[in-house]
Amino acid sequence: MSDACCSLLSAAPESEEREWTLSDYESALARWCPGCGDHAILTAVQRLLEAEQLPPEQTMFVSGIGCASRFPHYLSTYGFHGIHGRALPIATGMKLRRPDLNVFVVMGDGDCCSIGAAHWIHAIRYNPDMVALMLDNGVYGLTKNQTSPTSPKGMPSNTQPRGAFLPPMNPISTTLGVTNASFVAQTGDWLPAHLYATLQAAFRHHGFSFVRILQRCPQYTTAIYDVAVRDPNLVELMVHPDGVVVPELDRIIKNKVPHDPADLDEARRLAEPDGKIRLGVFYRNETHPVYEETRAVPARSASEKLALLGAELDRYAV
Amino acid sequence: MTMAPAPSAPRPEPSLLRVDEHTVEIVSDPGEGAQKCGQIFGRVSAKMGNGVWTVEIIPAEIQPPARTPSSASGNRIRIGTKPITNWGDAANLVVAFNEQVLLHRHRLGALAKDAVILIENRWATHDDPDICKAWGDAMEEFGTASYRFIEVPMEEECLTVIDNPRRGKNMFALGMLARIYSRDLEKIRGLIAQEFRKKAPALYDQNVALLERGWRWAEEHLDFRIDVPAVESTRPMVVMNGNQALAIGAIASGMELCAMYPITPATSASHFLSDIFDKFGGVVHQAEDEIAAIGVALGSSFAGKVAFTITSGPGLALKTEFIGLAVMTETPLVIVDVQRGGPSTGLPTKVEQGDLLAAIYGQPGDAPHVVLAPATMEECLLCMTTARRIAEAFRCVVIVLSDANLATGVQPFPRPEMSEAWLAQPPDLAPVREGVRPYDWDPQRGISPRVVPGQPGGMFTATGLSHDEWSHVGYTPDVHERGCQMRSRKLAVFQQMLKPPAVNGDPTGDLLVVGWGSTLGAIEEAVERARQVGLSVSSLHLRFLSPLEPGLKEIFQRFRKVMTVEINYSDDPNDPFVTPENRRRGQLCWLLRAQTLVDVDCWTRVPGEPLRPGQILQAIHESMPQGASR
Ligand SMILES: Cc1ncc(C[n+]2csc(CCOP(=O)(O)OP(=O)(O)O)c2C)c(N)n1
Repeated sequence: MSDACCSLLSAAPESEEREWTLSDYESALARWCPGCGDHAILTAVQRLLEAEQLPPEQTMFVSGIGCASRFPHYLSTYGFHGIHGRALPIATGMKLRRPDLNVFVVMGDGDCCSIGAAHWIHAIRYNPDMVALMLDNGVYGLTKNQTSPTSPKGMPSNTQPRGAFLPPMNPISTTLGVTNASFVAQTGDWLPAHLYATLQAAFRHHGFSFVRILQRCPQYTTAIYDVAVRDPNLVELMVHPDGVVVPELDRIIKNKVPHDPADLDEARRLAEPDGKIRLGVFYRNETHPVYEETRAVPARSASEKLALLGAELDRYAV
Repeated sequence: MTMAPAPSAPRPEPSLLRVDEHTVEIVSDPGEGAQKCGQIFGRVSAKMGNGVWTVEIIPAEIQPPARTPSSASGNRIRIGTKPITNWGDAANLVVAFNEQVLLHRHRLGALAKDAVILIENRWATHDDPDICKAWGDAMEEFGTASYRFIEVPMEEECLTVIDNPRRGKNMFALGMLARIYSRDLEKIRGLIAQEFRKKAPALYDQNVALLERGWRWAEEHLDFRIDVPAVESTRPMVVMNGNQALAIGAIASGMELCAMYPITPATSASHFLSDIFDKFGGVVHQAEDEIAAIGVALGSSFAGKVAFTITSGPGLALKTEFIGLAVMTETPLVIVDVQRGGPSTGLPTKVEQGDLLAAIYGQPGDAPHVVLAPATMEECLLCMTTARRIAEAFRCVVIVLSDANLATGVQPFPRPEMSEAWLAQPPDLAPVREGVRPYDWDPQRGISPRVVPGQPGGMFTATGLSHDEWSHVGYTPDVHERGCQMRSRKLAVFQQMLKPPAVNGDPTGDLLVVGWGSTLGAIEEAVERARQVGLSVSSLHLRFLSPLEPGLKEIFQRFRKVMTVEINYSDDPNDPFVTPENRRRGQLCWLLRAQTLVDVDCWTRVPGEPLRPGQILQAIHESMPQGASR
């Protein structure tokens, strides 16, 4: 990622070649409930940062509000813990003027699919080069058990005690339906190897990488994924050399479907609910224009700007 | 009312009326180009050295039914020997393309009793009996007024040059005006060339032919000329509207990102920017909504590239939560609100100063920030650098309140001498010294240096949650009290750096009129006229609304009465049920009463048009305190 297009940053001094270790990314002790899937996701992300040797000062985690959105506080990169549903615009603004930063976005399902739904749809279309993680526990956790757009139909909550009235929305097929969808994957917090491999593929993809992480909430929604944790037969892995390949899982998960992530029609078909929890890369396409590159303009020095401003004022001269 | 066909024989010696100011209106159906005609007339007058102020007359729809009062579209241009600071009271000369749009202006009381009206002559004798009848009815309605009507065969004349007179009448009208006011034809040709020569050379020739035809017709048929002597300025001047000024001001401030969502009357500023911003390394990002727009601006600002978002009242409402976040995270951010009539969708194209309290207090919790309001086109340009600098120096939000009157009005002003010092500095990405905290509040001043992503050693997570100096979330009473205190204290420091505002007129007297924003010119003109008839009146105009400029109480105490004049709603004290206790007052009035404990009164109106100096003068007369010296 070059910043040549972005206006004159006073260059950061070359950080002497140093190796980043896991502890360089660790921060405060995470305060999620014991057994919360977010812990595993945090660990996988820290591993990724180390593996990719991302300088903490060049890395930005942006989140909304919710349990999931506490994420940046538990890392020692730069972070921006924003407001409910609005992480994506903040991240887009950062990437637009600071394309040199590695930007990650962490959202809950309420954050992303409900209050922030407009931003989600449009972020897919803008296609900035960043990783967007949607930590989907099928419930509003932080506010204590309200129905979310991804709550299964019939799931009781404090706002719909006799069960969710509506069938859940499908974040994968929604994402796949938006113009410029670039990278769409699904993984689960209980399969750390798959989670890690998916995060890595997402990070290495050039464009907007949307990853839905099925995340267990021990407090409110154990029911949603526990069955799949106990019975690996409910899970099917999409496999392909261009997707994620996790040999460690061969012994545990037998269901596999070969799927070329270049095939959008097939991706959409696989995203339809049919009783299987499907993990892997649904779609990847690096040919879509990346927003901060589309909108990149040559930087101007102060004296160039002044000369141009003078010319501009001439047009209004009396 | 006198009605006469234009005198047909050329008069050898037309009468010459010499005045130090004159107000012209040109009104048509939309699409007939009255606005263009008005703009060029205004610009050429400015070029010749006249004071100028123009106001757009805008219908609510893009293509309302033609020949109806609601379709009136055009421009008012007030020109003078001295600088003109507002749109004045009534038009002295009108060019109307039909009687219905004229009727609209008549009903609004926009025309002087003795106005001269040049009107298209084809409607009176039109083939369509409905049109003839409409003309007749309109003439009856004008009946009592003593306008001087001059029927002009505009269409007939234009047909000698072009096939579709709807596309050329405006240039013919411009030609007539140019003759009447002796405008410099060469300069007008130059302005037409700016419009057309590159895009369509054939159109240029045609327009110039129409212009000259209008000039010739006036030369041969009109028995009067008007002279508004002009003094060419010794300083270089520029002429533009407030939104163009905001756009240029934003560039000159060094900001490189404008994130916006279209909303009248703010949008045109982003149109101007979109045309030219990339030349300057800047980007206009049209977001999916106003919330995203401010979010994008905030993201860029946090990453060290201070950005701005521009909107109007309804959009400001949507941005509320993000303003709180920017305040809480102490992220510098500039928000421009080009106010229109409200509440709700209100009067989308019309002026109001109704967002003042929403801008200052619209955020839940305590969200201290700066609110300022330019009062002229020139200030629209200058204030953007001021706003950007304050935002960076104090790590705070700055809201700039413009309005529809400034946005679309055009006025010449001295060409600003921009310098590199106006431009934002690139972010400093040097490593952060060991032990420096992201909110290292100076306990005396509440100010802390900004840390920007990319700076080694400075890593922290900004949060909208209550936090301490390390940006660590803390809910304890001391953490929250302290954060609130620090964010408030820096504004106290800022306020102490402001100068007390200057009183226009005597520093003591019977009545002090206080205003803010675009009403400056109209208020000062009214005060000037009041003083000429012996009233003891002065005025004060505020640029900083929050925090307020210092010394107000002392200034107020030198007057027997203080009254704000604003374009926002307040109860009339004489309205049924209204008592001094329950009276809802003007927004600045409300603020001043709270801040100074002075019994400030107000006179406010929400006519959906700029205030007229004559109206304000009348209000001054009626508001003079008992026993005032006359
Ligand atoms: C504007 C606004 N509305 C509502 C809330 C309250 N709120 C906080 S988090 C949340 C939902 C959290 O659910 P989710 O996004 O799924 O994240 P989780 O806590 O489950 O990780 C809500 C409704 C808020 N903070 N701001």
